[in-house]
Amino acid sequence: MNTQRTLLKLSTLVAAMSLSLSALAADITGAGATFPYAVYTKWAEAYKGATGNQVNYQGIGSSGGVKQIKAKTVDFGGSDAPLKEELLDSMGLVQIPTVMGAVTIVINVPGIESGKLKLDGATAAEIFRGAITKWNHPAIAKLNPGMTLPATAITVSHRSDGSGTTYAFSNYLAKQSVAFKRDVGAGNTVNWPVNAVGGKGNPGVAANVQKISGTIGYVDIADAMKNKMTFVALKNKAGNYIVPNQDAVADAAAGANFKVKGMAPDLLDQAHKNAWPITSATYALVYEKGSDAAKQKGVVDFFTWSLNNGQKMAEELGFVPLPANVVKMVEAEMKNIK
Amino acid sequence: MSEATHTVDLHAAQVRKFKLQDMFFHQVTMVFAFIVLAALVGILISLAIEAMPVFREFGPAFLWTNVWNVPEDQYGALSAIYGTVVTSIIALVIAVPVSFGIALFLTETCPAWLRRPLGTAIELLAGVPSIIYGIWGLFVFAPLFAEHVQPYLQELVGDTPIISGWFAGPPIGVGILTAGIVLSLMVIPFVASVMRDVFETVPPQLKESAYGVGCTTWEVVTNIVLPYTRVGVIGGIMLGLGRALGETMAVTFVIGNANRIVGSLFAPGTSIASTLANEFGEADPGLHISSLFALGLVLFIITFIVLAISQWLIKRGIAKQGI
Repeated sequence: MNTQRTLLKLSTLVAAMSLSLSALAADITGAGATFPYAVYTKWAEAYKGATGNQVNYQGIGSSGGVKQIKAKTVDFGGSDAPLKEELLDSMGLVQIPTVMGAVTIVINVPGIESGKLKLDGATAAEIFRGAITKWNHPAIAKLNPGMTLPATAITVSHRSDGSGTTYAFSNYLAKQSVAFKRDVGAGNTVNWPVNAVGGKGNPGVAANVQKISGTIGYVDIADAMKNKMTFVALKNKAGNYIVPNQDAVADAAAGANFKVKGMAPDLLDQAHKNAWPITSATYALVYEKGSDAAKQKGVVDFFTWSLNNGQKMAEELGFVPLPANVVKMVEAEMKNIK
Repeated sequence: MSEATHTVDLHAAQVRKFKLQDMFFHQVTMVFAFIVLAALVGILISLAIEAMPVFREFGPAFLWTNVWNVPEDQYGALSAIYGTVVTSIIALVIAVPVSFGIALFLTETCPAWLRRPLGTAIELLAGVPSIIYGIWGLFVFAPLFAEHVQPYLQELVGDTPIISGWFAGPPIGVGILTAGIVLSLMVIPFVASVMRDVFETVPPQLKESAYGVGCTTWEVVTNIVLPYTRVGVIGGIMLGLGRALGETMAVTFVIGNANRIVGSLFAPGTSIASTLANEFGEADPGLHISSLFALGLVLFIITFIVLAISQWLIKRGIAKQGI
């Protein structure tokens, strides 16, 4: 009896192990940018439910993602900063955009409601450079005639951890102002002014903006909406003041030309009349000719499925799905992956 | 006769077996102990290797340069060292007297029924994960501190020279002082429970004879308990200091994360551990990554120095007790 039961247990164990082994064979692994981590893991979960295939994604940072795909330890890499054409060519990588996001400017100034304060890129750059230090500065007053602005000191709230959010935001401001580019710079981690305070992650920045009176900060659109923060209306290239929402982000992509090598047009400050100016995409990197055909196909299958079935999941998480015509282009591009 | 030799042989075999067992046991435990040493040396070597490019680029000046400019690839450790040391000092300045009071109350004047629940509560406090302290510090403590304590402190010091500079700047809640206070809360349970344990080692005869000749509780504490436990108390404080120096998550949440030195304790700053936590994830390969490793090495060395000083203090304490 007893031996029989033990044998039974053993055989189930062996069966379970071989099962997990067979699942392991179809597993694909990605690593890289932390920004799309939430949506990739959500997609992976739904994809597993639909197809039974496992996708693992580790948010280790964009530069880590590029490093891992170079070392061929992962099947795809994730990066917020697109790689340059020459680099893609020399490494034999295919780069595809997967999902978009937007960075919003949020404030905490007593008496000013969401969407009411108007700023243009140049003034925002001066504020985030630490050159404008009071809310009643003439440059802000000029853009907001008739509004009573307090004499409160401005505190700049920024990301303390290196992030794609900072990358997109600082690149946008650097485009608007040479002085910003010189003093603060553009990148994942930059050199913020003296009146700045850093918070960890989007939630950290959101908390600082909400707790400290007189603060201006930048957070991604998902966290800003979740925390019901006070938005700033930002002037876009067409000259319209835009309050951020997901449609305005989609409009930014609609006007962009994705038909370039690497599929990474500059989405910042797009000309569309309704475009939100601080829009960015995140990218996946895959080898054009991989050593393991099954895994290469696994990556293509995963993103094909996600781009066609994952729009709603992305929206719920505060991301903006790629427009339909761009999805078509990405699918065509992925045909090169073998 | 043959039987006798046989018994002797049997005995010898057993002794040999025991000896072998002992040797085996000795070897195994030695291997375990050496794993620790190997890990320590390994960490030190890998930190040093990864930090090399930075020291080659900036030289030893990396240690005392006050610049942290990622876009321009200019790095210096001073602001992070400053933040680490100052927050730890604030933490100890608050934690040591409070822990001392807690430990004395528990061992000397606390009613017996309260001793266990209070002691357990302190030990539980030591088990709270540091991220909880960080979240609490950012969402609960910092806003209250900004609204009720910081303006009051600024009013209190007024225009007093030097001291008013410590409390200058807008009261934004997060900053060096807040980090120090949150750290002190995290350190108190450690220091207090060590102090309580060493105070309990004082022989009751000593204390009772002191009370017998008419000493007050205060006199017993300063003349009997403290001299008897000096070594243990120093050990406890150093344990707390070690924890404060290396604390990462809680500090990252409340220190404000600004890579610069401002004289004011209200101003945001950064510590070595918080800089690592913030920037490692998305650091660019090259000097940025290397300078983060160099910061890690610096923290390693600071901790090592603290440990060495505490060993020295303890040795001196023991020597003094001998006289």
